[in-house]
Amino acid sequence: MKYLDEYRDGDVAARIVAGMRRIQTRPWVLMEVCGGQTHSIVKNGIDHLLPQGVELVHGPGCPVCVTPLEMIDKAHAIARRQDVIFCSFGDMLRVPGSDGDLFTIKSQGGDVRIVYSPLDCLKIARANPDKQVVFFAIGFETTAPANAMLAWRAREEQVNNVSLLVSHVLVPPALVAILQSPDNRVQGFLGPGHVCAVMGYSEYDPISARFHVPIVVTGFEPIDILHGVLMTLQQLEDGRATVENQYSRILDRAGNLPAQKLIGKVFEVTDRKWRGIGSIPQSGYRLRAEFARYDAENIFDVAEIATLEPEICISGEILRGIKKPHDCPAFGTQCSPQHPMGATMVSAEGACAAYYAYGRHLSPQGIDMLHRIAPASSAAPVHVESR
Amino acid sequence: MCLAIPGKVVETFEKSGMQMARVQFGGITREVCLEYVPETETGDYVLVHVGFAISRVDEAEAERTYQALRDLDQLTELESPVVDELEPGGYR
Repeated sequence: MKYLDEYRDGDVAARIVAGMRRIQTRPWVLMEVCGGQTHSIVKNGIDHLLPQGVELVHGPGCPVCVTPLEMIDKAHAIARRQDVIFCSFGDMLRVPGSDGDLFTIKSQGGDVRIVYSPLDCLKIARANPDKQVVFFAIGFETTAPANAMLAWRAREEQVNNVSLLVSHVLVPPALVAILQSPDNRVQGFLGPGHVCAVMGYSEYDPISARFHVPIVVTGFEPIDILHGVLMTLQQLEDGRATVENQYSRILDRAGNLPAQKLIGKVFEVTDRKWRGIGSIPQSGYRLRAEFARYDAENIFDVAEIATLEPEICISGEILRGIKKPHDCPAFGTQCSPQHPMGATMVSAEGACAAYYAYGRHLSPQGIDMLHRIAPASSAAPVHVESR
Repeated sequence: MCLAIPGKVVETFEKSGMQMARVQFGGITREVCLEYVPETETGDYVLVHVGFAISRVDEAEAERTYQALRDLDQLTELESPVVDELEPGGYR
Protein backbone atom coordinates (compact mmCIF):
# COMPACT_ATOMS: atom_id res chain seq x y z
CA MET A 1 0.00 0.00 0.00
CA LYS A 2 2.96 2.32 0.50
CA TYR A 3 3.12 3.36 -3.16
CA LEU A 4 -0.56 3.95 -3.59
CA ASP A 5 -0.94 7.49 -2.38
CA GLU A 6 0.88 9.41 -5.07
CA TYR A 7 -1.55 8.38 -7.82
CA ARG A 8 -4.75 8.54 -5.78
CA ASP A 9 -4.05 11.42 -3.44
CA GLY A 10 -6.90 13.92 -3.07
CA ASP A 11 -4.57 16.92 -2.83
CA VAL A 12 -2.81 15.95 -6.04
CA ALA A 13 -6.21 15.51 -7.69
CA ALA A 14 -7.32 18.94 -6.48
CA ARG A 15 -4.13 20.57 -7.79
CA ILE A 16 -4.59 19.02 -11.24
CA VAL A 17 -8.25 20.08 -11.38
CA ALA A 18 -7.23 23.60 -10.32
CA GLY A 19 -4.75 23.56 -13.18
CA MET A 20 -7.55 22.67 -15.59
CA ARG A 21 -9.66 25.55 -14.26
CA ARG A 22 -6.79 27.99 -14.75
CA ILE A 23 -6.34 27.18 -18.44
CA GLN A 24 -9.89 26.34 -19.54
CA THR A 25 -11.63 29.07 -21.56
CA ARG A 26 -14.45 27.10 -23.25
CA PRO A 27 -16.23 23.73 -23.18
CA TRP A 28 -14.41 20.64 -24.46
CA VAL A 29 -15.42 17.03 -25.11
CA LEU A 30 -12.78 14.35 -24.54
CA MET A 31 -13.07 10.61 -25.06
CA GLU A 32 -11.27 7.97 -23.02
CA VAL A 33 -10.66 5.05 -25.35
CA CYS A 34 -9.94 2.12 -23.03
CA GLY A 35 -12.66 0.24 -21.16
CA GLY A 36 -10.40 0.02 -18.10
CA GLN A 37 -10.24 3.82 -18.06
CA THR A 38 -14.05 4.04 -18.35
CA HIS A 39 -14.41 1.68 -15.40
CA SER A 40 -11.95 3.72 -13.31
CA ILE A 41 -13.62 7.04 -14.23
CA VAL A 42 -17.08 5.85 -13.27
CA LYS A 43 -15.94 4.02 -10.13
CA ASN A 44 -13.99 7.01 -8.84
CA GLY A 45 -16.42 9.68 -10.05
CA ILE A 46 -13.63 11.38 -12.00
CA ASP A 47 -16.09 12.87 -14.51
CA HIS A 48 -17.80 14.67 -11.62
CA LEU A 49 -14.49 16.14 -10.44
CA LEU A 50 -13.76 17.94 -13.71
CA PRO A 51 -14.50 21.64 -14.20
CA GLN A 52 -17.89 22.43 -15.69
CA GLY A 53 -17.73 22.22 -19.46
CA VAL A 54 -15.05 19.53 -19.54
CA GLU A 55 -16.98 16.44 -20.59
CA LEU A 56 -15.71 12.86 -20.79
CA VAL A 57 -17.45 10.55 -23.23
CA HIS A 58 -16.73 6.83 -23.24
CA GLY A 59 -15.08 5.10 -26.14
CA PRO A 60 -15.24 1.71 -27.84
CA GLY A 61 -12.27 0.15 -26.00
CA CYS A 62 -13.98 -2.86 -24.45
CA PRO A 63 -13.11 -5.88 -26.60
CA VAL A 64 -15.86 -8.08 -25.19
CA CYS A 65 -18.42 -5.34 -25.92
CA VAL A 66 -17.50 -4.75 -29.55
CA THR A 67 -17.21 -8.41 -30.61
CA PRO A 68 -20.04 -8.62 -33.15
CA LEU A 69 -23.12 -10.70 -32.46
CA GLU A 70 -22.53 -12.67 -35.69
CA MET A 71 -19.16 -13.81 -34.35
CA ILE A 72 -20.65 -14.73 -30.98
CA ASP A 73 -23.31 -16.78 -32.76
CA LYS A 74 -20.59 -18.48 -34.83
CA ALA A 75 -18.71 -19.27 -31.61
CA HIS A 76 -21.86 -20.77 -30.13
CA ALA A 77 -22.56 -22.87 -33.22
CA ILE A 78 -19.02 -24.29 -33.02
CA ALA A 79 -19.13 -24.76 -29.24
CA ARG A 80 -22.31 -26.86 -29.53
CA ARG A 81 -20.54 -29.47 -31.67
CA GLN A 82 -19.76 -32.84 -30.09
CA ASP A 83 -16.31 -32.99 -31.67
CA VAL A 84 -15.20 -29.62 -30.30
CA ILE A 85 -13.60 -28.36 -27.10
CA PHE A 86 -14.31 -24.64 -27.14
CA CYS A 87 -11.85 -22.45 -25.20
CA SER A 88 -12.32 -18.81 -24.29
CA PHE A 89 -11.25 -16.08 -21.90
CA GLY A 90 -13.70 -16.04 -18.99
CA ASP A 91 -15.21 -12.64 -19.93
CA MET A 92 -16.82 -14.02 -23.07
CA LEU A 93 -18.84 -16.77 -21.39
CA ARG A 94 -21.69 -14.55 -20.22
CA VAL A 95 -22.06 -12.56 -23.42
CA PRO A 96 -25.45 -13.42 -24.89
CA GLY A 97 -25.72 -14.36 -28.53
CA SER A 98 -29.00 -14.66 -30.40
CA ASP A 99 -29.73 -17.82 -28.41
CA GLY A 100 -28.13 -18.01 -24.95
CA ASP A 101 -24.48 -17.75 -23.91
CA LEU A 102 -21.48 -20.08 -23.59
CA PHE A 103 -22.41 -20.92 -20.00
CA THR A 104 -25.77 -22.17 -21.25
CA ILE A 105 -24.06 -24.29 -23.89
CA LYS A 106 -21.71 -25.69 -21.24
CA SER A 107 -24.65 -26.54 -18.98
CA GLN A 108 -26.32 -28.32 -21.90
CA GLY A 109 -23.28 -30.58 -22.31
CA GLY A 110 -21.02 -28.54 -24.60
CA ASP A 111 -17.33 -28.80 -23.73
CA VAL A 112 -16.61 -25.12 -23.03
CA ARG A 113 -13.47 -24.28 -21.06
CA ILE A 114 -12.10 -21.04 -19.64
CA VAL A 115 -8.41 -20.59 -20.31
CA TYR A 116 -5.97 -18.14 -18.72
CA SER A 117 -3.45 -18.15 -21.57
CA PRO A 118 -4.11 -19.03 -25.22
CA LEU A 119 -1.17 -21.46 -24.86
CA ASP A 120 -3.38 -23.59 -22.57
CA CYS A 121 -5.20 -24.62 -25.76
CA LEU A 122 -2.06 -26.45 -26.94
CA LYS A 123 -2.02 -28.55 -23.79
CA ILE A 124 -5.72 -29.32 -24.11
CA ALA A 125 -5.29 -30.21 -27.80
CA ARG A 126 -2.38 -32.57 -27.11
CA ALA A 127 -4.38 -34.29 -24.37
CA ASN A 128 -7.44 -34.66 -26.63
CA PRO A 129 -6.20 -35.69 -30.09
CA ASP A 130 -9.66 -36.90 -31.15
CA LYS A 131 -11.18 -33.45 -30.57
CA GLN A 132 -10.83 -30.13 -32.39
CA VAL A 133 -9.84 -27.47 -29.85
CA VAL A 134 -11.14 -24.05 -30.90
CA PHE A 135 -9.98 -20.84 -29.21
CA PHE A 136 -12.10 -17.68 -29.36
CA ALA A 137 -9.34 -15.18 -30.24
CA ILE A 138 -10.86 -11.82 -29.40
CA GLY A 139 -9.28 -8.61 -28.16
CA PHE A 140 -7.46 -5.41 -28.96
CA GLU A 141 -3.75 -5.03 -29.63
CA THR A 142 -2.91 -5.86 -25.99
CA THR A 143 -4.18 -9.42 -26.51
CA ALA A 144 -2.86 -9.90 -30.05
CA PRO A 145 0.68 -11.04 -29.04
CA ALA A 146 -0.79 -13.84 -26.90
CA ASN A 147 -3.24 -14.99 -29.55
CA ALA A 148 -0.62 -14.77 -32.29
CA MET A 149 1.68 -17.02 -30.26
CA LEU A 150 -0.99 -19.74 -30.13
CA ALA A 151 -1.17 -19.93 -33.94
CA TRP A 152 2.63 -19.71 -34.23
CA ARG A 153 3.28 -22.48 -31.69
CA ALA A 154 0.53 -24.69 -33.11
CA ARG A 155 2.35 -24.60 -36.44
CA GLU A 156 5.82 -24.95 -34.92
CA GLU A 157 4.80 -27.92 -32.78
CA GLN A 158 2.46 -29.36 -35.45
CA VAL A 159 -0.50 -29.42 -33.08
CA ASN A 160 -3.05 -29.68 -35.85
CA ASN A 161 -6.24 -30.18 -33.87
CA VAL A 162 -6.22 -26.61 -32.58
CA SER A 163 -7.73 -23.60 -34.35
CA LEU A 164 -8.60 -19.96 -33.72
CA LEU A 165 -11.91 -18.18 -34.25
CA VAL A 166 -10.43 -14.72 -34.76
CA SER A 167 -12.32 -11.52 -34.02
CA HIS A 168 -9.49 -9.07 -33.35
CA VAL A 169 -9.98 -5.32 -33.41
CA LEU A 170 -7.61 -2.35 -33.59
CA VAL A 171 -7.85 1.03 -31.86
CA PRO A 172 -6.54 3.54 -34.45
CA PRO A 173 -9.12 2.77 -37.19
CA ALA A 174 -11.89 3.09 -34.60
CA LEU A 175 -10.67 6.58 -33.69
CA VAL A 176 -10.75 7.52 -37.38
CA ALA A 177 -14.31 6.17 -37.68
CA ILE A 178 -15.38 8.24 -34.68
CA LEU A 179 -13.74 11.40 -36.01
CA GLN A 180 -15.22 10.93 -39.49
CA SER A 181 -18.76 10.54 -38.20
CA PRO A 182 -20.86 13.60 -39.14
CA ASP A 183 -22.21 13.88 -35.60
CA ASN A 184 -18.82 13.52 -33.91
CA ARG A 185 -18.40 15.52 -30.68
CA VAL A 186 -14.93 14.31 -29.66
CA GLN A 187 -12.19 16.98 -29.63
CA GLY A 188 -9.43 15.06 -27.86
CA PHE A 189 -8.59 11.49 -26.86
CA LEU A 190 -7.11 9.81 -23.81
CA GLY A 191 -5.25 7.02 -25.60
CA PRO A 192 -5.19 3.42 -24.29
CA GLY A 193 -2.10 2.78 -22.15
CA HIS A 194 -1.74 -0.98 -22.27
CA VAL A 195 -2.58 -1.17 -25.98
CA CYS A 196 0.31 1.24 -26.56
CA ALA A 197 2.58 -0.83 -24.29
CA VAL A 198 2.42 -3.39 -27.11
CA MET A 199 2.10 -1.17 -30.21
CA GLY A 200 3.84 2.05 -29.14
CA TYR A 201 2.10 5.23 -30.21
CA SER A 202 3.66 6.39 -33.48
CA GLU A 203 0.63 5.07 -35.41
CA TYR A 204 -1.48 7.78 -33.72
CA ASP A 205 0.60 10.63 -35.22
CA PRO A 206 -1.15 10.64 -38.62
CA ILE A 207 -4.59 10.63 -36.95
CA SER A 208 -3.70 13.53 -34.69
CA ALA A 209 -2.31 15.50 -37.63
CA ARG A 210 -5.09 14.69 -40.11
CA PHE A 211 -7.98 15.58 -37.79
CA HIS A 212 -6.06 18.15 -35.73
CA VAL A 213 -6.97 16.31 -32.54
CA PRO A 214 -4.79 15.88 -29.43
CA ILE A 215 -4.19 12.27 -28.36
CA VAL A 216 -2.63 11.73 -24.93
CA VAL A 217 -1.71 8.12 -24.13
CA THR A 218 -2.91 7.72 -20.53
CA GLY A 219 -2.89 5.22 -17.67
CA PHE A 220 -6.00 4.11 -15.84
CA GLU A 221 -5.42 5.22 -12.25
CA PRO A 222 -7.40 8.27 -11.10
CA ILE A 223 -4.43 10.66 -11.09
CA ASP A 224 -3.26 9.30 -14.46
CA ILE A 225 -6.65 10.07 -15.97
CA LEU A 226 -6.84 13.56 -14.46
CA HIS A 227 -3.30 14.24 -15.66
CA GLY A 228 -4.20 12.96 -19.15
CA VAL A 229 -7.23 15.28 -19.20
CA LEU A 230 -5.07 18.26 -18.16
CA MET A 231 -2.48 17.51 -20.87
CA THR A 232 -5.24 17.22 -23.49
CA LEU A 233 -6.88 20.49 -22.36
CA GLN A 234 -3.52 22.25 -22.50
CA GLN A 235 -3.11 21.22 -26.14
CA LEU A 236 -6.68 22.21 -27.02
CA GLU A 237 -6.35 25.61 -25.35
CA ASP A 238 -2.99 26.18 -27.07
CA GLY A 239 -4.46 25.18 -30.43
CA ARG A 240 -1.98 22.29 -30.65
CA ALA A 241 -2.69 18.72 -31.76
CA THR A 242 0.02 16.16 -31.12
CA VAL A 243 0.44 12.73 -29.57
CA GLU A 244 1.78 12.89 -26.02
CA ASN A 245 2.58 10.17 -23.51
CA GLN A 246 1.24 10.60 -19.97
CA TYR A 247 2.09 6.96 -19.18
CA SER A 248 5.84 7.08 -19.83
CA ARG A 249 6.59 5.07 -16.69
CA ILE A 250 5.07 2.06 -18.50
CA LEU A 251 5.58 2.56 -22.21
CA ASP A 252 7.59 4.34 -24.86
CA ARG A 253 7.03 5.42 -28.44
CA ALA A 254 8.26 2.15 -29.95
CA GLY A 255 6.22 -0.31 -27.87
CA ASN A 256 7.14 -3.99 -27.64
CA LEU A 257 9.05 -4.81 -30.83
CA PRO A 258 9.26 -8.63 -30.46
CA ALA A 259 5.48 -8.71 -29.94
CA GLN A 260 4.83 -6.51 -32.98
CA LYS A 261 7.11 -8.75 -35.04
CA LEU A 262 5.19 -11.93 -34.23
CA ILE A 263 1.80 -10.22 -34.71
CA GLY A 264 2.99 -9.24 -38.19
CA LYS A 265 4.03 -12.82 -39.01
CA VAL A 266 0.73 -14.35 -37.92
CA PHE A 267 -1.95 -11.73 -38.59
CA GLU A 268 -2.84 -9.34 -41.38
CA VAL A 269 -5.12 -6.33 -41.26
CA THR A 270 -8.69 -6.78 -42.48
CA ASP A 271 -12.08 -5.07 -42.33
CA ARG A 272 -13.95 -5.91 -39.15
CA LYS A 273 -17.46 -5.41 -37.93
CA TRP A 274 -17.82 -3.83 -34.47
CA ARG A 275 -20.86 -4.54 -32.37
CA GLY A 276 -22.93 -1.36 -32.09
CA ILE A 277 -20.84 0.51 -34.66
CA GLY A 278 -20.85 -1.62 -37.81
CA SER A 279 -18.08 -2.37 -40.26
CA ILE A 280 -14.88 -0.29 -40.02
CA PRO A 281 -12.36 -0.62 -42.86
CA GLN A 282 -8.99 -2.16 -41.97
CA SER A 283 -9.94 -2.27 -38.28
CA GLY A 284 -8.97 -5.80 -37.27
CA TYR A 285 -6.71 -8.78 -37.71
CA ARG A 286 -7.24 -12.12 -39.43
CA LEU A 287 -4.85 -15.04 -39.74
CA ARG A 288 -2.48 -14.86 -42.68
CA ALA A 289 -2.90 -17.43 -45.47
CA GLU A 290 0.06 -19.44 -44.08
CA PHE A 291 -2.07 -20.15 -41.01
CA ALA A 292 -5.27 -21.02 -42.91
CA ARG A 293 -5.35 -24.55 -41.49
CA TYR A 294 -5.58 -23.05 -37.98
CA ASP A 295 -8.50 -20.78 -38.90
CA ALA A 296 -11.72 -22.10 -37.35
CA GLU A 297 -13.79 -20.31 -39.98
CA ASN A 298 -12.12 -22.48 -42.63
CA ILE A 299 -12.56 -25.69 -40.67
CA PHE A 300 -16.19 -25.31 -39.66
CA ASP A 301 -18.91 -24.48 -42.11
CA VAL A 302 -20.52 -21.66 -40.15
CA ALA A 303 -22.41 -19.68 -42.72
CA GLU A 304 -22.94 -15.94 -42.36
CA ILE A 305 -25.44 -15.63 -39.55
CA ALA A 306 -28.07 -12.89 -39.68
CA THR A 307 -28.64 -11.27 -36.34
CA LEU A 308 -30.79 -8.44 -35.04
CA GLU A 309 -29.97 -6.10 -32.18
CA PRO A 310 -32.86 -4.68 -30.15
CA GLU A 311 -34.04 -1.46 -31.81
CA ILE A 312 -34.16 0.42 -28.54
CA CYS A 313 -30.41 -0.05 -27.87
CA ILE A 314 -28.24 3.06 -28.38
CA SER A 315 -24.90 1.39 -27.65
CA GLY A 316 -23.56 2.42 -31.08
CA GLU A 317 -24.02 6.08 -30.23
CA ILE A 318 -22.56 5.54 -26.76
CA LEU A 319 -19.47 3.82 -28.21
CA ARG A 320 -18.92 6.82 -30.51
CA GLY A 321 -19.35 9.36 -27.72
CA ILE A 322 -22.59 10.84 -29.05
CA LYS A 323 -24.80 9.67 -26.18
CA LYS A 324 -24.49 8.56 -22.55
CA PRO A 325 -26.17 5.57 -20.87
CA HIS A 326 -28.80 7.86 -19.30
CA ASP A 327 -30.04 8.84 -22.73
CA CYS A 328 -31.36 5.28 -23.20
CA PRO A 329 -34.91 4.54 -22.02
CA ALA A 330 -33.99 0.90 -21.41
CA PHE A 331 -30.93 1.66 -19.22
CA GLY A 332 -31.34 0.10 -15.79
CA THR A 333 -34.90 -1.03 -16.53
CA GLN A 334 -35.17 -3.49 -19.44
CA CYS A 335 -31.41 -3.55 -19.84
CA SER A 336 -29.04 -4.51 -17.01
CA PRO A 337 -25.83 -6.58 -16.65
CA GLN A 338 -28.04 -9.61 -15.87
CA HIS A 339 -30.08 -9.04 -19.06
CA PRO A 340 -27.90 -6.99 -21.41
CA MET A 341 -29.53 -5.77 -24.62
CA GLY A 342 -26.44 -4.40 -26.31
CA ALA A 343 -22.69 -4.00 -26.53
CA THR A 344 -22.07 -1.50 -23.73
CA MET A 345 -23.88 -3.61 -21.10
CA VAL A 346 -22.33 -7.03 -21.83
CA SER A 347 -19.00 -6.55 -20.01
CA ALA A 348 -17.97 -4.74 -16.83
CA GLU A 349 -15.77 -2.46 -18.94
CA GLY A 350 -18.67 -1.28 -21.08
CA ALA A 351 -19.95 2.21 -20.28
CA CYS A 352 -23.53 1.08 -19.45
CA ALA A 353 -22.37 -1.77 -17.21
CA ALA A 354 -19.94 0.54 -15.38
CA TYR A 355 -22.68 3.16 -14.85
CA TYR A 356 -24.97 0.42 -13.56
CA ALA A 357 -22.34 -1.14 -11.27
CA TYR A 358 -21.76 2.18 -9.52
CA GLY A 359 -25.41 3.05 -9.04
CA ARG A 360 -25.82 5.59 -11.80
CA HIS A 361 -29.11 4.04 -12.85
CA LEU A 362 -30.39 5.16 -9.43
CA SER A 363 -29.02 8.70 -9.60
CA PRO A 364 -26.96 10.45 -12.29
CA GLN A 365 -24.16 11.13 -9.80
CA GLY A 366 -24.11 7.47 -8.87
CA ILE A 367 -22.70 6.12 -5.66
CA ASP A 368 -19.62 8.22 -6.02
CA MET A 369 -16.44 6.54 -4.84
CA LEU A 370 -14.59 9.83 -4.61
CA HIS A 371 -14.06 9.41 -0.88
CA ARG A 372 -11.87 6.43 -1.66
CA ILE A 373 -9.30 8.49 -3.51
CA ALA A 374 -9.60 11.67 -1.49
CA PRO A 375 -10.16 12.18 2.23
CA ALA A 376 -13.42 14.02 2.91
CA SER A 377 -11.63 17.20 3.97
CA SER A 378 -9.91 17.68 0.62
CA ALA A 379 -12.44 15.98 -1.63
CA ALA A 380 -15.46 18.01 -0.67
CA PRO A 381 -14.22 21.49 -1.68
CA VAL A 382 -13.02 20.17 -5.04
CA HIS A 383 -16.38 18.67 -5.70
CA VAL A 384 -18.31 21.81 -4.76
CA GLU A 385 -16.02 24.17 -6.65
CA SER A 386 -16.34 22.13 -9.80
CA ARG A 387 -20.08 22.65 -10.07
CA MET B 1 -9.85 -7.54 -20.03
CA CYS B 2 -7.69 -4.98 -21.79
CA LEU B 3 -5.49 -4.29 -18.77
CA ALA B 4 -2.25 -6.10 -17.98
CA ILE B 5 -1.48 -7.18 -14.42
CA PRO B 6 1.93 -6.70 -12.79
CA GLY B 7 3.66 -9.57 -11.02
CA LYS B 8 7.06 -10.70 -9.74
CA VAL B 9 9.12 -13.26 -11.62
CA VAL B 10 10.02 -15.97 -9.10
CA GLU B 11 11.52 -18.52 -11.50
CA THR B 12 12.51 -18.62 -15.15
CA PHE B 13 12.79 -21.77 -17.25
CA GLU B 14 12.64 -23.05 -20.82
CA LYS B 15 9.80 -25.16 -22.15
CA SER B 16 9.37 -26.43 -25.72
CA GLY B 17 11.96 -23.89 -26.80
CA MET B 18 10.08 -20.99 -25.20
CA GLN B 19 11.27 -18.75 -22.39
CA MET B 20 8.80 -19.14 -19.55
CA ALA B 21 8.49 -18.00 -15.94
CA ARG B 22 6.54 -18.51 -12.81
CA VAL B 23 5.12 -15.11 -11.88
CA GLN B 24 3.63 -14.22 -8.52
CA PHE B 25 0.55 -11.97 -8.38
CA GLY B 26 -0.36 -11.36 -4.75
CA GLY B 27 -1.07 -14.86 -3.45
CA ILE B 28 -1.44 -16.47 -6.88
CA THR B 29 1.42 -17.84 -8.99
CA ARG B 30 0.93 -18.50 -12.72
CA GLU B 31 2.98 -19.73 -15.63
CA VAL B 32 3.83 -16.85 -17.97
CA CYS B 33 5.50 -16.68 -21.37
CA LEU B 34 8.55 -14.38 -21.50
CA GLU B 35 9.14 -14.49 -25.27
CA TYR B 36 8.19 -10.81 -25.67
CA VAL B 37 10.46 -9.55 -22.84
CA PRO B 38 13.36 -11.99 -23.29
CA GLU B 39 15.79 -10.01 -21.11
CA THR B 40 13.66 -10.66 -18.00
CA GLU B 41 15.35 -12.24 -14.99
CA THR B 42 14.20 -13.76 -11.73
CA GLY B 43 13.28 -10.98 -9.31
CA ASP B 44 12.08 -8.61 -12.06
CA TYR B 45 8.55 -7.25 -12.19
CA VAL B 46 6.59 -7.65 -15.42
CA LEU B 47 3.20 -6.54 -16.75
CA VAL B 48 1.34 -9.69 -17.78
CA HIS B 49 -1.69 -9.98 -20.02
CA VAL B 50 -3.40 -13.38 -20.52
CA GLY B 51 -0.26 -15.31 -19.70
CA PHE B 52 2.24 -13.16 -21.62
CA ALA B 53 4.64 -10.58 -20.19
CA ILE B 54 4.43 -7.45 -22.36
CA SER B 55 6.76 -5.08 -20.49
CA ARG B 56 8.94 -4.74 -17.42
CA VAL B 57 8.10 -2.33 -14.62
CA ASP B 58 9.78 -1.28 -11.39
CA GLU B 59 8.65 -2.58 -8.01
CA ALA B 60 6.86 0.62 -7.01
CA GLU B 61 4.85 0.72 -10.22
CA ALA B 62 4.04 -2.97 -9.93
CA GLU B 63 2.76 -2.59 -6.39
CA ARG B 64 0.64 0.45 -7.18
CA THR B 65 -0.84 -0.93 -10.39
CA TYR B 66 -1.69 -4.23 -8.72
CA GLN B 67 -3.62 -2.44 -5.94
CA ALA B 68 -5.39 -0.23 -8.48
CA LEU B 69 -6.46 -3.28 -10.52
CA ARG B 70 -7.64 -5.04 -7.38
CA ASP B 71 -9.82 -2.04 -6.53
CA LEU B 72 -11.31 -2.16 -10.03
CA ASP B 73 -12.01 -5.93 -9.74
CA GLN B 74 -9.71 -6.46 -12.72
CA LEU B 75 -7.82 -9.49 -11.37
CA THR B 76 -10.37 -12.18 -12.23
CA GLU B 77 -8.35 -13.60 -15.15
CA LEU B 78 -5.83 -14.85 -12.58
CA GLU B 79 -8.51 -17.15 -11.19
CA SER B 80 -8.94 -18.99 -14.51
CA PRO B 81 -8.36 -22.73 -14.16
CA VAL B 82 -4.80 -24.03 -14.40
CA VAL B 83 -4.35 -26.38 -17.35
CA ASP B 84 -1.68 -28.99 -16.68
CA GLU B 85 0.20 -30.82 -19.36
CA LEU B 86 -1.20 -34.37 -19.37
CA GLU B 87 -1.20 -37.46 -21.53
CA PRO B 88 -3.91 -37.82 -24.18
CA GLY B 89 -7.32 -38.18 -22.58
CA GLY B 90 -5.94 -37.20 -19.19
CA TYR B 91 -7.58 -33.78 -18.88
CA ARG B 92 -11.29 -33.42 -18.60
